[in-house]
Amino acid sequence: MGKHKSSVKDNAIQFLFKYGAIALLIFIIFYFSTISDAFFTYGNFTDILRSISIVTLLALGVTFTLVVDGFDLSVGSTMSLSTVVSASLMVWYDMPLWLVLLLPLLIGVLVGAVNSFLIVVIGIPDLLATLSMMYIIAGLHRTYTEGYSIYNNMPLTSGGTAPGQLSEAFLWIGQGQMLGLPVPVWIMLVMVLASYVILNHTRWGRVLYMTGGNAEAATLSGVSVKKVKFAAYVVSGIFASMAGILFTARVGSGQIDAGAPLMMEAVAAVFVGYSVLGAGKPNALGTFFGAAVIGILLNGLTIQNLPYYAFDIIKGGVLVAALAVTYVYAKKKFSKN
Amino acid sequence: MAQALLSMTAIGKTFGAVTALQKAEFHLEKGEVHAILGVNGAGKSTLIKILSGVYQQDEGTIKLDGVDIRLESPKAAKEQGIYCVYQEVDTAIVAELTVAENILLDTFAGKGNLFVSRQKINERARLALRELQADNINVQQKAARLTLAEKQMVLIARALVHSAKIIIFDEPTAPLSIHESEKLYAVIAKLKAQGVGCVFISHRLPEVFEISDRITVMREGTLVKTYDTSEADQDGVIEAMLGAALSHELEPRAHEIGNPLLEVENLSDGQKLKDLSLTVAAGEVVGVVGLVGAGKTELAKALFGGTPLTSGMMKLSGKTAKIKHPADAIKAGMALIPEERRKEGLFVQESLETNASFPNLKKFSKNLLLDRKAEKRFADEIIERLRIKTDSTETPLVHLSGGNQQKVAIGKWISLDSALYLFDEPTKGVDIGAKVDIFKLIRQLAESGKGCLYFSSEIHEAIGISDRILVMYNGQIVKELSRQEATQERILLYASGGKEELGETQKLGERQRDSVSV
Repeated sequence: MGKHKSSVKDNAIQFLFKYGAIALLIFIIFYFSTISDAFFTYGNFTDILRSISIVTLLALGVTFTLVVDGFDLSVGSTMSLSTVVSASLMVWYDMPLWLVLLLPLLIGVLVGAVNSFLIVVIGIPDLLATLSMMYIIAGLHRTYTEGYSIYNNMPLTSGGTAPGQLSEAFLWIGQGQMLGLPVPVWIMLVMVLASYVILNHTRWGRVLYMTGGNAEAATLSGVSVKKVKFAAYVVSGIFASMAGILFTARVGSGQIDAGAPLMMEAVAAVFVGYSVLGAGKPNALGTFFGAAVIGILLNGLTIQNLPYYAFDIIKGGVLVAALAVTYVYAKKKFSKN
Repeated sequence: MAQALLSMTAIGKTFGAVTALQKAEFHLEKGEVHAILGVNGAGKSTLIKILSGVYQQDEGTIKLDGVDIRLESPKAAKEQGIYCVYQEVDTAIVAELTVAENILLDTFAGKGNLFVSRQKINERARLALRELQADNINVQQKAARLTLAEKQMVLIARALVHSAKIIIFDEPTAPLSIHESEKLYAVIAKLKAQGVGCVFISHRLPEVFEISDRITVMREGTLVKTYDTSEADQDGVIEAMLGAALSHELEPRAHEIGNPLLEVENLSDGQKLKDLSLTVAAGEVVGVVGLVGAGKTELAKALFGGTPLTSGMMKLSGKTAKIKHPADAIKAGMALIPEERRKEGLFVQESLETNASFPNLKKFSKNLLLDRKAEKRFADEIIERLRIKTDSTETPLVHLSGGNQQKVAIGKWISLDSALYLFDEPTKGVDIGAKVDIFKLIRQLAESGKGCLYFSSEIHEAIGISDRILVMYNGQIVKELSRQEATQERILLYASGGKEELGETQKLGERQRDSVSV
């Protein structure tokens, strides 16, 4: 009864699920290319990639926590903290570059450790634990800077001006070029690739996914679920810190609250990524792809003079479409019979 | 014979390319208990789901009281008076509501009653439970606090208050103790006396023969035969289910039993388990038998490092083993096939490959990367060795039947070449064909010098597979029986807390005689 028709429908859903996101991307690029000469240029594409590099790093961190069936809402605040800390280390304390890079990363590790302590040891649900941490860290970073952003030779509240400046080498991380691409783009691509390889092609990635899929079965297969979750949150903290450092280097100052608006965007990128190549679950390439779809769409619409205050409608629309495809498919794939 | 209460005629149902039912028949009289038997995949579940409105048939007719009906949804089925008591009762119970609210759920969830009189609801619920002789259940407590058996009563009461014509019992006794099961039989008898048609599905033949009036056997999606229970015999029914006769013979044991592999002394967990000592030798299958709630699963988990111990000593191959986490147990050469395989043993949404390689990923890694080809080769190997039925190694396990899932749960340990295997109720929800394969595999493991602990409440099966049997009661090992000494009667006696001197052997033995569980 209607078997043929339903299989055509199934195939269509299958196709949509696997290639829908990519087809959409190609369509968007094609569409904007036909209506604007400025869109399909090398310069514009590197601009787009650079503009999504920071969000993508944040989103990779969120991806790791989602893989273990957790969630990290504190990445935005962690990024803000890392932004002001890296700037302050140079501007206030005139520290050498390696410390300026290392200390924020250690802070990221620390945030991840506290998150996983709250979630794994105390047992607070991930969403709530990281929500609390989001507030605490946001407050910490504002308290640390007394509410001011940090810039070269800024006046200090204790009198006088700050002794240091953001060094050239540091700024190169955010503003430099290498082999025809901006340095942030290289950093992003390397991190996406590394995350992809780790998650999809190593046993650690497998352990992360299985822990997220069924923690009890993972435990009885010899996995220390607590350690795995700990690792995922630490990775998330490190990615958020990297995003913060990159932001400082890109903007040339330590803006407060830099990460707050990027947090939900990162989360959206990860969920859009579910629908890429039929993954149906958090994955590194999908996350990059999700960030790219949103980035390209916004770029094209900016060229079309869409007002910035309408951007969130587009972001939300893309997210809904991607989730709809993902969940409709998941229902088909995993329903018994 | 008068007009049947329910007639399902020439029912056909396909899922994609798979034919689940073909010209299936089922007829039910008023006031009858009618059992449906069949191995997994025979089409019982599909037929039941069509009757309860979950699926719609592609072909065939359903008549209730001689009138054609169409069951478009579970709601439509309920409106016709067809209720189902699911095996997994929790899916039908709202834990946060009270017992009374659960019983009358459909009444006040469905209609446009804006206000609900709590008193009225409690009163009606109390009446319904009294009718089931279950008035010990407080209707005002939250359903979350009920035992499994009590939740079943709530579901039955729910059917009663809606004056159900047909109640479907889908493996209701699987999670129940003997005592609870007997209570349920009494309730079914009562429903029957009230003229309710009861459909009864079970893997346990003795109870089917005890309580049913007729038995319908299904195989490969169609009706094989409907028997009057009084004229049927177990062997004949099993033969009809399998399409072949079942051999009752225990195979003789040929191989040698070796040195002690596992030695446990005075193990306690501070809760259920009290002062247990046991040994397993290489090449030996030791059955640990007890009723539901005796502490078998707790023991298996404790040995495997899944729960902390308060005291006790464990030696593996003569060396003291400190096992604090399953990872330690696996390193020490143990493997656990847990009771709740979907929850604890498998990643059901993942492929067979992914599941099979998981406990030993190092073996499937080249340098740092996973070797997908090696994973696939191993998956193919266990598919062949354990005779797993699947489309491909990439099929998500949700699409496999219970028996095949169980085989994967066992097969995933093979690559580790563990020395000691703990099987916790490995035949639960597994059809008889797969059971035979699993028994063969366990014997093979033993013959190749592995040690096996076989935890089970299916006494008959444990006797068949074990070299030695430990009987558990209330968290303790109360008796050890050799293969020659072990009989169903003696095991059941000790497992229910009895002692031989009390002379209860006779009475308990009578009831369980010839119990074959399928």
